[in-house]
Amino acid sequence: MSVDSNAPLSPSRRQLLKVGALAAGGLMIGFALPFSGRSFAEQVINEGPEDGRTPTATALDAFIGIDRQGRVFFTVPKIEMGQGAQSGLATILAEELEVGLEQITLKEAPPNEQLYNDKLLNFQATGGSTSIRSNWEPLRRAGAAARLLLIQAAAGQWQLPADQLRAENGRVLGPDGRSLGYGELVDAAAQLPVPENVPLKTPEQFRLIGQPSRRLDTPDKVDGTARFTIDLTLPGMKHASTLTCPVLGGRLAEVDERAARQVPGVREVIRLDNAVAVIGDHTWAAFAGLRALEVRWDLGENADIGSDAMERDLHRALDGDDGAVANEAGDIEQALKEAASTFEAEYEMPFLAHAALEPMTCVAQVRPDAVELWVGTQVPVRAQTAAAEAAGRPPEQVIVNNQLIGGAFGRRLETDFITQAVAIAAKVDYPVKLTWTREEDTTHDLYRPHYVDRFAAALDGEGRLLGWRHHIAGASVLARFAPAAVPPNGLDGDAVEVAMHPIYAMEHLRVSYTPVPPKALLQSWWRGVGPLRSSFMLESFIDELALKAERDPVDYRLERLALHPRAQRVLRRAAEQAGWGEALPAGRGRGVAVQFVFGSYLATVVEVEVGEDKALRVRRIVSAIDCGRVINPVSVRAQIEGGTLFGLSAALFNEITLAEGRVQQTNFHDYRQLRISDAPPVEVQLIDSSEEPGGVGEAGTALIAPALVNAVAAASGTRVRRLPLVRAGYHVV
Amino acid sequence: MNLRTCLRGVFGLSLLPLAAVAQTAPADQTLIERGEYLARAGDCLACHVVEGGRPYAGGLPIEMPFGTLYSTNITPDKETGIGNWSDDDFVKAMQQGVGPDGQHYYPAFPYTSFTLMPREDILAIKAYLFSLEPVRQQNPENDLRFPFDQRWGMALWNLLFLDDERFEPDPAQSEQWNRGRYLVEGPGHCAECHSPRNLFQARSGSKHLAGAEIQGWNAWNITADEEAGIGAWPDEALARYLRTGVAEGYGVAGGPMAEVVNHSLRHLTEADIDAMVVYLKTVEPQPADIGRPAPRELAAEVPAETAHPLGRKLFADACASCHQWDGSGRQTPYAALRGLRTVHDADGRNLLRILLDGGHLEGPDGHHLMPAFNRHFDDRELSDLGNFVLSHFGATEGRLTPEGVAERRKPGS
Amino acid sequence: MLTLSINGADLQVDVPEDMPLLWVLRDVLGLTGTKYGCGIAQCGACTVHLDGVAARACVLPVGSVGQRKVVTIEAMKEHPLGQRLQQAWLEDEVVQCGYCQPGQIMSAVALLAQNPAPDDQAIDLGMAGNLCRCCTYTRIRSAIKRVAQA
Repeated sequence: MSVDSNAPLSPSRRQLLKVGALAAGGLMIGFALPFSGRSFAEQVINEGPEDGRTPTATALDAFIGIDRQGRVFFTVPKIEMGQGAQSGLATILAEELEVGLEQITLKEAPPNEQLYNDKLLNFQATGGSTSIRSNWEPLRRAGAAARLLLIQAAAGQWQLPADQLRAENGRVLGPDGRSLGYGELVDAAAQLPVPENVPLKTPEQFRLIGQPSRRLDTPDKVDGTARFTIDLTLPGMKHASTLTCPVLGGRLAEVDERAARQVPGVREVIRLDNAVAVIGDHTWAAFAGLRALEVRWDLGENADIGSDAMERDLHRALDGDDGAVANEAGDIEQALKEAASTFEAEYEMPFLAHAALEPMTCVAQVRPDAVELWVGTQVPVRAQTAAAEAAGRPPEQVIVNNQLIGGAFGRRLETDFITQAVAIAAKVDYPVKLTWTREEDTTHDLYRPHYVDRFAAALDGEGRLLGWRHHIAGASVLARFAPAAVPPNGLDGDAVEVAMHPIYAMEHLRVSYTPVPPKALLQSWWRGVGPLRSSFMLESFIDELALKAERDPVDYRLERLALHPRAQRVLRRAAEQAGWGEALPAGRGRGVAVQFVFGSYLATVVEVEVGEDKALRVRRIVSAIDCGRVINPVSVRAQIEGGTLFGLSAALFNEITLAEGRVQQTNFHDYRQLRISDAPPVEVQLIDSSEEPGGVGEAGTALIAPALVNAVAAASGTRVRRLPLVRAGYHVV
Repeated sequence: MNLRTCLRGVFGLSLLPLAAVAQTAPADQTLIERGEYLARAGDCLACHVVEGGRPYAGGLPIEMPFGTLYSTNITPDKETGIGNWSDDDFVKAMQQGVGPDGQHYYPAFPYTSFTLMPREDILAIKAYLFSLEPVRQQNPENDLRFPFDQRWGMALWNLLFLDDERFEPDPAQSEQWNRGRYLVEGPGHCAECHSPRNLFQARSGSKHLAGAEIQGWNAWNITADEEAGIGAWPDEALARYLRTGVAEGYGVAGGPMAEVVNHSLRHLTEADIDAMVVYLKTVEPQPADIGRPAPRELAAEVPAETAHPLGRKLFADACASCHQWDGSGRQTPYAALRGLRTVHDADGRNLLRILLDGGHLEGPDGHHLMPAFNRHFDDRELSDLGNFVLSHFGATEGRLTPEGVAERRKPGS
Repeated sequence: MLTLSINGADLQVDVPEDMPLLWVLRDVLGLTGTKYGCGIAQCGACTVHLDGVAARACVLPVGSVGQRKVVTIEAMKEHPLGQRLQQAWLEDEVVQCGYCQPGQIMSAVALLAQNPAPDDQAIDLGMAGNLCRCCTYTRIRSAIKRVAQA
C-alpha cells in the first residue's frame, strides 16, 4: 500500500469525538478518523441509532459502547487475519479506558468510509501495516474520553471533585473506598458534554501497553470453534464452486452439463460471462460437478501469451526512456561520467500468488430487499461496491458482515470472488456459499508483479557510494487498484516506496519508474507491497557495492546511515546478536539487510550454508526491530518471525509463470510453500523505543530476500540477482 | 506429450450416443451397445482424443522413435472423420491396417492385435462410432523421418510381422480361458505395450508379455512367472487390479496402465475380467530383472537412520501424508507402496515417471490422484527422494542421479 | 446409508461413498474445525485421526472409512494430549490466522502419541505435512517441545 509512513500527526488530523446514548441505554463514544472531512459523529447521532442491518445504520457501530452491565463493545475498524491487529487495538482502548481486555467484546466494522477510513491509506482497508499506526492516537483519545466521562458522572453522583476519583478495572473509585461500576454510570455519562481536553496516560502509567498479552481470538482457533467464511452455514444455503476461464479475458463458449447433472447432490449449473458455477447440496457435489462438466472457452486474445513475452516487455521498458522520475538529487549522469568507477546491476523478482490457506470464499444472498454478504474482506466498502455492481443494486442495499480471515496477505483487498458469488446468488433464491478450489485460487489470483530494476552506481576511488541511477520496471498495482491515485506521468507511489528515498546518504540520485502493464494476468497487493521489491533491489545492490569495495557489508552501510540513528541501532544490534564478524566454517556465510518502512526500522542477518550441488541450508535468522512504542511484544515478535518466514518461502521457491495465457502453477505440489522442515529459527531483538508505533506485519517479509541472497553470496561467492533461489539451481536441505 | 496428460481433461465426458444426429440410418441399439463395450475393451479413446477435445476426434500426437504420429478422427464426420467408410473399409483397417485409400497405417495403431477380432465385433464398434455426433476436425499430418515416411514400407512390414488371422478358440481350453485370451490378445491389445519390440518396432513373439518399456514406463512382465510376472498374484488380487487399478501389496496402475483402467478395464464385466485373469495365469512364464520386493514390515515412525536424508525430508514434506512411513497408504490402498515392483526397480523408472507426471485413477470409491511433482522438486531432490523410496520400501539400492532425472524430464523418456 | 464412528459417537450419513470424509464432516455433520486447504493431501489442514493415526480427510473416500474410528479437532478438548497441546499453543502464542491450526494440533497429537519425546528433527519430519502460510513454524516447534518435556 502506498502510505506516507513518515508523516506526523498534524493537528488537522486529530480525531473528533462525540458522545451519545446507546439505544438500549448506555454510553457510546465515537472516534472519527481524520479524512472524513466532517463531523460524522453529529450526523450519526442526529440520525439516531438504527437496527444495524443496513449500511446507514452504522451509527451505533461507529462507537465504543458501554452498556448498563458494564460490558464494552468495540467496533474494530480493522479485520483480524492473523496479524493480531484487533487484539492490539483492544489493548490500546483497554489501557485508556481502564478496563481489562476480557471486558471488551469486538465487533467487525461494517462498510462506511466516513467512519472507518484508514487515515494513512485514505480508504477503509486493513493493509499496509497501518492498523496500529492509524488508530493509536484516536483510539487512546476515545478511551481516555470515555474514562473521563465516567469519572465525571461518578463525581456528579457522589458530589465530589473529579480529580479525587480514579478509574480501575471497569470501576470508578472514590477516595474513601467507594466505587461504582461503569455500567452504573453510563446513563449519566451519556448526558455529559464531550470533554474539551482529554489527558492521555503517560507511558509510566501503562499497565497493558508494552506488556506481553495473549490475543483474544486464539482460544477459538485452537479448538476448531472459530468460524471462518468457509465454515458458515445459513438456513437454506447451498454450496457453489466455479471454474473460471483459464485465460484472462476469455469467455465461456459452451457447457455440456449432462454428466455434471448426474453427480449426486448437484442442483444447478450456472453460466457466467467468464465462468461456470455448479451449485450443490455440499461443497463436494459442487467440486465433483465441476469436474464432470465439459466446457468450451472462447479464450480471447491472451491465449498465446507466455512469461517470456512479459519479461521481454520489462527489459524493453528498461532499455527505453527513463519513465516517470520519482526523485532526483544532484547530477547522477555527470557523477557517473566522472566517477573513479561505476557499477551496474539488474535484479528481477517474479510474479507471486498469495496462496492463503483458506481459499477465496464468500457467502452471498440476493433478496428483493437487500444483498447480504458474509465474507472475510480487507476492504468492506469495496466489497459493498462490488456486490452492488454485480447485483445491479444501490450500495446502500448491500450489507457486509465481515468475517475472520484464514490468511489474506493482500489477496482479500480484492473483490473478484465477491463479484462472482453475488452473480451466482442473483440467479437463485437461496443463500450461496462460493468456495474456490485450491486450483482456482492459484490460477485466478491477482499476482504480485514481476519487476526488473536496473542500477548504475557512481563510486569514488575507495569504492564509496557517490550516487546511483535506479530505474524500475513493472506493473503498477495502484494504476489498477485506484487509478485516480496515480498522477498522469504514471508514477506509482507504491512501486517507488523505499527506493525513492533510500536511507543511505548519497549526493546524486535518480529514481524512475516505468509502468509495464502485464499481459494475461492482473497485478495486486502482496504482503510487503512496494517495499518488498525495493528492499530486495536496494539491499542487494548496496551489498554488491560493499563487496566490490572490499568492505564489510555492515560497516559499509553504517557509514551511509548517519541520518538514521535508529537504522544504525537495529543494524548494530542484529549484527551483534548474530555474531557478525566471527569466523564461520567453510561453506557458511552471513548476509545482512536493513530497511526503514511502515514506520519501523528493521535489520536482518541470515546465516546460510551452501554445500555441494547448491544444497542450501538456512541455519539461522536474526532480526532487530525498532517499531517505536510496542503494544504487545509477543505480537511484534510473532509478526516478525512469521512475516520473515513468509518472505523466505517466496524467496526460496515461488514464481508464477504463464504459458499459452494460463498460469502454470495450480496447487501446493507445484507452488511450493515453506514447511516446518525448511524453517530456520528466527530470533527477534526488540529495541526499546518511545517513538510512535510503527507497522510490523510486513516488515520482515520485505527484508528477508536480500539478506538471504547476500548470505548466499558470502557463503559461496555466487550472487543471485533473480528470485526465487530454486530458479538459480539451489535446493533446500 | 504423453497420453496421460493428453487425456486428463477427458474424464467425465459424456459419451452418450446421439442417435438423432447420426448421419447413417440408426443402427440396432443392442449392436451399438455391444460396440460401445468393445470400443471400451479396445480402449480406442486412449489415443483418439486430445485433452479438452471431442471424444474420438483424434489429433493426439504419439511420439515414436522415428517421428510423430497423430491419431485420426474416427467420428462419423464425412470430410475429416470416417463418415464415408463402408463396412469393408472399416474391417480392412482394423484387421489389416490399411485405409480406404490403400494407405498403410503405422503399428502404433494396434491392428496387429485387432486383427484377431471377427468381422461382427468390428462392425459393432463401427455401429457405435457411427451413432456418435460427427465432429469436424482436421488433425495434423504425421511428421516422420525418412524412410519411415514412406508408407509403402509398411506393406513390407506387414508382410513380415502381421498375421492376418482371426481368433480361433482352443478347444482344449475352457470357454472362460478362450474368452480371456480373446480379450487380452485381441481388443485389449495388452501385448502392444507388454511385449518387447524388435528393431523394426514389431512385437517379439518369443518374449510374449514379458514386459517392455513404453513412453518412459515399464510395462511390467505379465506372464505367469512367479517372480517376475503375475504368477504369484492371487486371482482375486489380479482381478481387482484390472478392475480398479489397485491390488494392495501387488500393484497400482500408473501412467498408460492407469489410462487403460480408467478408460477401458473398469467398464468391463466381472466375467470378462475373471476370464482375462484365467488366461493371464497360463501365459508362458518369462524371466525378468525386476520382481516384487520381499514383503517388509516397516515401522509407522520416521526411520531414524537413512543414507538419503534429503530424500527422507522430502518424503516427509510431500509424500508421507498419503503413503505413510510404513508404506501402508492410510487414506487409500492406492497409496500403498509395499510389495510394488515400482519400489524394487533400482533405475526407478516408473517411480520417477509417476513423481514427474503424477497420475489418477477412477476407482469404484472415487477419484484417486497423485500430484505431479515435476515443478516441486529439482533433479537432485528427485533423485534423492527416489533413492530413499527405493531403499526404504524396496530394500533396493537406487541408481537415480540428478543427471538421469534431467534426462527423464523429457516427456516419454 | 453409512455408519461412521465420529468422536466416539456412531453417526449415520446418507452421502455418496466417493465423497471425501472432509466434506462429510464439514458440510453434512457441521464439524467445521477440519479445514479444506488443497484437496490433494499437500497441506494438512484437513488432518483427522483414523484409529489414532493422522490422516488427511480430503483424500479419504468416506466409503472406505469402514469401522475405523474418526476423531476430529472438536474432540481434542477431551483428549489428554490434545488438551495439553491446545494449552501450549496458547501459551506460546502460536496462532496467527488460525486456519491451519486445527490440522497442526491433530498432527502434533498423533506425533506425540507415537513419539512422546521427539527432538527437533523428529518434530520437523513428523509435522512437515502441515503447511502454515502465516509460517508459525518456530512456535509450533516450541509448543510441541513444551508438551514433550512436561
